[in-house]
Amino acid sequence: MSLDFNVETFRNDFTFKNSDKAIKRFPFPFPEDSYMYSVNMEPHVPGPKGSVFEHTFDVDEHYVAEMRDRAQVLAEDPLRCQSLPHMTLAGWDLLELIMESKARDYPQWFTLTKDGNQWHWINKPLGIDQKFTFMDESTLPYGPMEYITRQTQGDFTLQDQRDETLWVDAGMVTTQADWSLDFNIGMNFHQWHAPVPVAHELGVFDRALKFLMNLQLGAPVRRFNWTMTVDPLLDTSPENYPVWGPSRASLTPETVGNRMHLRVELQTLFRLPRSNAIVFPIRCYLIKFEEIATQPKWARRLHRVIRDIPDELATYKGFLRNKPMMVDYLAQFDDGAPTSPGWWADR
Amino acid sequence: MTKTQFEPSIRSRPVYGELAPRPALAHLLVADGEGGEALADLVAKADAGFLANARIVYVPGANGTDLTDKVRALGAAQFHRSPSYTAAAPRLKKVLADAHMGTQIYLAGTEGLIGQVVAEALAAGLPLSGIQTEHRGSTVRRVQCVHCKGITENVRTDPFQCSHCGLHLFVRDHYSVRLAAFQGVCIDAEDPGVVPQAVERFK
Repeated sequence: MSLDFNVETFRNDFTFKNSDKAIKRFPFPFPEDSYMYSVNMEPHVPGPKGSVFEHTFDVDEHYVAEMRDRAQVLAEDPLRCQSLPHMTLAGWDLLELIMESKARDYPQWFTLTKDGNQWHWINKPLGIDQKFTFMDESTLPYGPMEYITRQTQGDFTLQDQRDETLWVDAGMVTTQADWSLDFNIGMNFHQWHAPVPVAHELGVFDRALKFLMNLQLGAPVRRFNWTMTVDPLLDTSPENYPVWGPSRASLTPETVGNRMHLRVELQTLFRLPRSNAIVFPIRCYLIKFEEIATQPKWARRLHRVIRDIPDELATYKGFLRNKPMMVDYLAQFDDGAPTSPGWWADR
Repeated sequence: MTKTQFEPSIRSRPVYGELAPRPALAHLLVADGEGGEALADLVAKADAGFLANARIVYVPGANGTDLTDKVRALGAAQFHRSPSYTAAAPRLKKVLADAHMGTQIYLAGTEGLIGQVVAEALAAGLPLSGIQTEHRGSTVRRVQCVHCKGITENVRTDPFQCSHCGLHLFVRDHYSVRLAAFQGVCIDAEDPGVVPQAVERFK
């Protein structure tokens, strides 16, 4: 495994970094030189070979380290994974979707063998060999959602669909951009998005909900979201804000390139077959500013996006206090040249 | 509409109305403090058979408002006074668990009381469509500390100190129906010790 997966940490000594290969495939979230909220949804269809879109669930060099970090978060705070009683069936739907996808897309790492409801799952990177009965919770060490999301990068929420809206009734949330599952669980679509500024007035959530209510089985969609994080900390939870908050105040012009990270969420949405629930994987990718600087197009564009972003959005995303320092750092990479369309790095 | 004027708020906060009698075989009325007045107004609008099928639980307000005599005198088939919501909760759980479909629930008073009974009713499987709410009296808030998970009742100021872990929290305008609480977030997390003067925002 050592050739495939990094040995690295997302806390304390923060040894996380991206290889050259990981930088080149990074999902840079800005298709143009400015940013405003939009629904920006597209079909989640397989993308170019080697890209984060190649497979249904991207497994990259950070896989094993991220799963170790998740286990540590859960050991400290079990409330990060919760499922209301009616969501167990959706959990089985999710387990099936992930196991089938990974076994199909990464046969060198994952295998799934079925004999009726007797399933045999092998996860080589994490050293797991599990025989269990599909739909029988007593045959797994955790509930189905928790079991499979302890083995899958990204946060997950499960949405029940009833009363003309979606309800976030289950989730595994350890790599979040500052929102609390324990507080939000049980909320409907508009309730859990309530604190987001500006977007309600633009009608973004009304349109997004309408779109999602009609999401079809077998036709998943995806979009990007993004924020900024000081130090490669996956667990920027509100629960631990007093622990990580001071890092925002300790950035200097000398450390901003190494410590400031663009945090990108690749959000996908799948309708699930038995429960009619929707699963919402929120996959977090981190990249240091100095890693972005190796791609001239991205560094130029990021400078323009951050320089021009309204303070209200910078406040909500939590980087207003560091914005001048970020803009100063990025300015050295912006020679004023035009950038090519789309977000892919220039070859 | 509700008699209380609220400042503009976000979409996770409940919207309160004005109680109106609906035909049903059973009515559950729960109020605290000034909410007792809303129950009196409700009963005044109801027809003759209403009280014979009505059960009232009344809790004096944390601000000292106690309308026990007035609410008892309404003449419901059952009347119970609890000294606090915490004391009333086991009884309400039992009543809600035993409630038949179609039971109408009328809640009046503070946001904390209304929210907690709504959460219990939903947990008992009763539909939101059978619950009416009317805000009266105090606008103090019930706030969950996002850090230690403890809930502080009757929060008047912003920021305030968590009654469980002692952190200084600002009251975020984000509301959980399940917890019947607003969210409290550490105000000096990025600059420890820098806590602004508390302002009385909720009365």
